[in-house]
Amino acid sequence: MAEALKFGSVLAVSPKPASATSGMSTAILAVENMHCGGCIGPVEQALLGTSGVQSARANLSARRVSVRYDVTRATPDQLIGALESAGYRAAELSGHNAGDSALRDAGLTRRLGVAGFAAMNIMLLSVSVWSGAGGDMERSIQTLFHWLSALIAVPAVAYAGQPFFSSAATALRAGRVNMDVPISLGVILATGMSLFQTMRGSDQVYFDAAVTLLAFLLAGRLLDQQMRTKASGAAANLLGLRLTSACVLQSDGRAERISVRDLVPGMRISSAAGERIAADGVVVEGESEIDESLITGESAPRRVRAGDTLFAGTINVQQPLVINVTASDDGSLLSEIVRLMATAEQNKGLYVRLADRAARLYAPAVHILGLGTFAGWMFAGFGWEPALTAAIAVLIITCPCALALAVPVVQVAAAGRLFSKGVILKAPDGLERMAETDTIVFDKTGTLTSGTPQLVNGQEISDVVLAAAAGLAVNSRHPYARAVVSAARMRGLEPVAASGVKEKAGAGLSRERTGGADDRLGSAIWVGADAQKSSGAELWFKQGTGDPVVLHFADRLRPDAADVLRRLQSAGYAIEILSGDTAAAVEMIAREAGVAAWSASKKPAEKIARLEELKRAGRKVLMVGDGLNDAPALAAAHSSLSPSSAADISQTAADAIFQGASLAPVAEILAVAKASQKLALQNFALAIGYNILFVPLAMVGMVTPLIAAVAMSASSITVTANAVRLRTKPLELAP
Amino acid sequence: MTSLAWLIPIALFLGGLGLAAFLWSLKSGQYDDLDGASWRALNDEKARPAPPRAPALPGAE
Repeated sequence: MAEALKFGSVLAVSPKPASATSGMSTAILAVENMHCGGCIGPVEQALLGTSGVQSARANLSARRVSVRYDVTRATPDQLIGALESAGYRAAELSGHNAGDSALRDAGLTRRLGVAGFAAMNIMLLSVSVWSGAGGDMERSIQTLFHWLSALIAVPAVAYAGQPFFSSAATALRAGRVNMDVPISLGVILATGMSLFQTMRGSDQVYFDAAVTLLAFLLAGRLLDQQMRTKASGAAANLLGLRLTSACVLQSDGRAERISVRDLVPGMRISSAAGERIAADGVVVEGESEIDESLITGESAPRRVRAGDTLFAGTINVQQPLVINVTASDDGSLLSEIVRLMATAEQNKGLYVRLADRAARLYAPAVHILGLGTFAGWMFAGFGWEPALTAAIAVLIITCPCALALAVPVVQVAAAGRLFSKGVILKAPDGLERMAETDTIVFDKTGTLTSGTPQLVNGQEISDVVLAAAAGLAVNSRHPYARAVVSAARMRGLEPVAASGVKEKAGAGLSRERTGGADDRLGSAIWVGADAQKSSGAELWFKQGTGDPVVLHFADRLRPDAADVLRRLQSAGYAIEILSGDTAAAVEMIAREAGVAAWSASKKPAEKIARLEELKRAGRKVLMVGDGLNDAPALAAAHSSLSPSSAADISQTAADAIFQGASLAPVAEILAVAKASQKLALQNFALAIGYNILFVPLAMVGMVTPLIAAVAMSASSITVTANAVRLRTKPLELAP
Repeated sequence: MTSLAWLIPIALFLGGLGLAAFLWSLKSGQYDDLDGASWRALNDEKARPAPPRAPALPGAE
């Protein structure tokens, strides 16, 4: 729901930034192709060379550059233009959310620094006490060391433990138990009792264990948080780069480029051929073809003329258009989709994460053990003090250091592995939900297929003819024309742009030949061929007075799609195709991909209905889709995945995004999800194993501060080492 | 044992110094761009007069 609203605001009216009048302003630009250190210099120089720019600092890790500039002398569009002329594709990021997660990172790092400092210094004092305890250390020195430890530990725990304390308090207020409850209880009781024992001059002092525990836990939490910051930053960059500016026509005829965010209904915008339509609207002037595959799943372009409705995100493939913006219309396609998404998310229900499910069992068990220990010692007649000491020792030993690390370290290792393969994991619990998948539902256009038409009867056409056709086609942005050019390039023919080429909307391209008939590329009627034989997805090419040659096009499968689907099927996943495209187109792709279950002409609401049906049958569905029409289905499915070419709203709704032309990441994600689930369970087993070993010792009062400290660190290091294996482990896709 | 009287304060002071240095480096944004920092060392461009401190990315302040 929140995501849906965020997307909605992209098109909503937003006033110019307040800083527009106050001189200096800072813009954060995402720079797409800043890949290596060699780019830092050119990027910064390009910006510093622009008038009005005071300073520019590139951040290679985040692929962003922060620019301080004078708003009276430069605009963000000029900055982007400067980067473009230096060869970098850039986009401005709306600053609202950019800093939040980075600030949270810095906060956690600060707390980790404090906890680490405290842990090391207390350990220094504790080791002296332990090694001197049996020997010549005077009682008074021991007490002094304990007091020094207390002096360091109490403020450090109070500061560094806050993330856990506040999370535990929130959970308790809501009547739930999470992992932070036993953590907070353990840390607070250990510190409190140690303080009490220090006052009494006893040696049952556990400051070191409490603070080391906090440091380990903060490290785990920081890693988890950093992974999420990196993923959401990368996702924000992807989205930012897709938001372009729009060319607004003023009433006096001037054209002005403004950000898509600043468009309001009633504005007139012009759309050049090849551009994405910036907002929902109605055609006022011009005639063109629109590629709507991202919205409807239909692969063939639609013809539009004055009065026809257009949707934001579709691509104008042929002729310039003038459009009247109607974005805020409540009946628009976008608002329909946003409404469907909101309902889908409400019906989805809350997924309880593995760690929280473990905590629900673990926390009561630990507290009962502690209580039982206290009762046992009281019952045996030792008095309340040794009873309380033993009970607290149990709570310290069972404090779920390894348990709380078990899931985050696996998540971090998994996300790191996926990130290096071009998969951005967005939802923190996405992997866990994907691990349960048994059914995968694919959208067709843009997901199983590459989303762009390709020449299919290439073998019937000679190199000479193809090269000549490509020479004409290179002048057009029509998807079929582009397919001709790329087919020619695939054969190693570099198309030479023919001169004197004219394009007629809805018909085709022509080039006059001196003293002869034209060369023509276009519809059957355009070249004078027999229109009866026309099937739609085709172009005809006629050289001079020669016979017309037909070129057929189809949206082809991604190169490895059939192979990946076969692997998924043999691994036991049920595969289904749900598409908005026509039955004929879907059937062809389904047959080629080897998928038996498919359905065509599905509207967004019907896609959701099918997912609900599967859910009622007890299936856990992974939805893979890219179109605007898939967004509600992505939100409704148990887990979801989008290619990075997907519509903005689909990327926002998906749990993960994969990049590149290959479909293999889908199999990789599922394999990693399964493996990380297994590792997380192994880690739970390891952590519980440590408890089984040490809890009995604690219950009979044999745990000394030294044993507590060793047990705590060793279990944390074991689970971390186990999780890190995921980075390099070869994975097989198993059922 | 009188040596403890000055050894312990020195140890704590040095530890505190390390913590302060860490917090300073965090605050001045030295961990913001770990990939870029290693490359900047190889940048041969002539050092320009230091610009007024570059605006850090959000989170660095």
